[in-house]
Amino acid sequence: MGKKIVVKVMIMLFLSAMMLTVSCAKKTVETDPSAGIQNGSQDGLSAEEIARQKALEEERMREDALRKAIAAEREKFEMEDIYFDFDSAELVPDARMLLKEKADFLTRNSGLTVTIEGHCDERGTTEYNLALGERRAMSAKRYLQDLGIAEFRLNTISYGEERPSVQGNDESAWSKNRRAHFVIR
Amino acid sequence: MGIMSQNISINFRGALNSCRFFLLRGLLCVLVFFPAVGMAQHAYININDPLMRKIPVAVPFFKAFTGHEQEVSLGKNAVDIMSNALDFTGYLAVLDKASFIENPAQKGITGAEINYKNWTVIGAELLITGGIVEQNGTVRLELRLFDTFKETLLIGKVYTGNKEDIKSMVYRFCAEISLLLTGKMGVFGSRIAFVSTVKGNKEIFTCDFDGGNISRVTNFNNITISPAWSSDGNFIAFTSYAKGTPALYIRDLRSNSDVVLAKKGLNITPAWIPGQFALAATLSFSGDQDIYIVSGTGQVKNQLTKVSGIDVSPAFSPDGGRFAFVSKRSGTPQIYIGDTGSGSATRLTFQGNYNTSPAWSPDGEKIAYVGVVKNSINIYVIGVNGGGPTQLTSGQGDNEDPSWSPDGNLIAFSSTRQGASRIFVMTATGADQRLLFTLGGSQTEPTWSSGVGNNK
Repeated sequence: MGKKIVVKVMIMLFLSAMMLTVSCAKKTVETDPSAGIQNGSQDGLSAEEIARQKALEEERMREDALRKAIAAEREKFEMEDIYFDFDSAELVPDARMLLKEKADFLTRNSGLTVTIEGHCDERGTTEYNLALGERRAMSAKRYLQDLGIAEFRLNTISYGEERPSVQGNDESAWSKNRRAHFVIR
Repeated sequence: MGIMSQNISINFRGALNSCRFFLLRGLLCVLVFFPAVGMAQHAYININDPLMRKIPVAVPFFKAFTGHEQEVSLGKNAVDIMSNALDFTGYLAVLDKASFIENPAQKGITGAEINYKNWTVIGAELLITGGIVEQNGTVRLELRLFDTFKETLLIGKVYTGNKEDIKSMVYRFCAEISLLLTGKMGVFGSRIAFVSTVKGNKEIFTCDFDGGNISRVTNFNNITISPAWSSDGNFIAFTSYAKGTPALYIRDLRSNSDVVLAKKGLNITPAWIPGQFALAATLSFSGDQDIYIVSGTGQVKNQLTKVSGIDVSPAFSPDGGRFAFVSKRSGTPQIYIGDTGSGSATRLTFQGNYNTSPAWSPDGEKIAYVGVVKNSINIYVIGVNGGGPTQLTSGQGDNEDPSWSPDGNLIAFSSTRQGASRIFVMTATGADQRLLFTLGGSQTEPTWSSGVGNNK
């Protein structure tokens, strides 16, 4: 997805650059040929034109900042996992708080759909953990639904203990692996 | 496979032995037609006895009848396969050849040519002699098992086949020995499926019962787990994320083709119903993780568990009438036993708050499972009708995924005692814990196939 957008933006930039080059070239031909390119100074632009360009530039910067803010928010949405106790799919208070933020983000970005991944720590059984992981993902999904997010926007998948986010054989690693992870699709 | 076998007529010495001879003859006939009858009363050893003493057996070099180079080397190969296989059983101790006084490869391999005193004096209670003839790729392997103290031939067999079949011939003879000594055919000819990350992702592999002949079954480059053999050994069911979500695959090993069940949610933890082309698996399309019967062609049939909460990892009793499974209905994962017909279930494990991975023993009496106590993960055995639990592993890494050998003598399991997870084997009482083979990555979920006649 991200790659496609980057490619599109690059193509558009390239095309507009081409167009600018073409129009500049034309202008040069139309003005006095002996004056050469140096003559293309800002002196020729009216105050009105300058103000308009400044406004455009400000708008562009505002949009840029907004885009960056949205991107940061998206990144935060995907980066922040909710965590669970051992052998539990119940939402702890911290998880509920984080889910409220996520619901808020999803409400403001109503076009987005999300996959909720349920994960487990390495202790216990591969098979049992697949089921536990699914129940963790389902807990998060139900809570988001309760907060008004439409069900069709929320998919779940369990990876059990197959995709730990942290390697390690102690509680600090285990506690980070007992999680639900959110991916914007 | 194309191996022919025939009995060598049993030569007994002395009239005093005639009574025993008839007993044996009777036994051998019984074996063919009614294996179940021949068992208990003739068994040399009780493999369930934790204080069982290993029987010392001598396996001298085989006689190469024509004596050409390839024949000699095939014979050496056969002796090695035999020695390793017998050692693997856990109830035989193969003696060091350096202690042997007599050399049947030169002196002769029949009862008349053996001086039993030369074997009893070095402590051998059993003696195996072999002779081999190789001609244009065809092999004739003559094998005998003697009781050195009673000075009798216990089993005599001649196998004929291609030289590539020597391993199978030796395993067949080992199966005969196992049947005579324990009343069961043993592990010979069975295979073990397992999960390995040797190629990066988890994929299904198989190997011989002794860890040899490793071969790859799946090549999905995605998470692939939980292998389960059909009773006839022709199918392996498993779960794979090959298409993104955890789907149930039924692989026909003969045609290498798959049937896929990919309902919404989980399609996991398959277990074949003994003797049927159907299995049980956990599906969660309803929103709850329940166990269902699925046909071998991937059709969902009836629902076996209906109580809300996690129900996974079914494991059938040998007759298929009952199934053990893991349920969280009481708040923690525990082993339950359900009735395949009615679905009604009772709780089996009460010690500890994390008991999973049930495996029903082939004799129907016991269930091996995994228990987690204070972060240490070990294998336990509990009686189906009470008794136990008994802890089989302790103090050495995490020990998981127990699977019984087809004769119930051994349990394969995975352990992290050497770092990365590896496949180990121990006796049913927890003795003789040993590494089965070494392979890169990690190995988990060993699953034993049924026995002789099913080797692929």
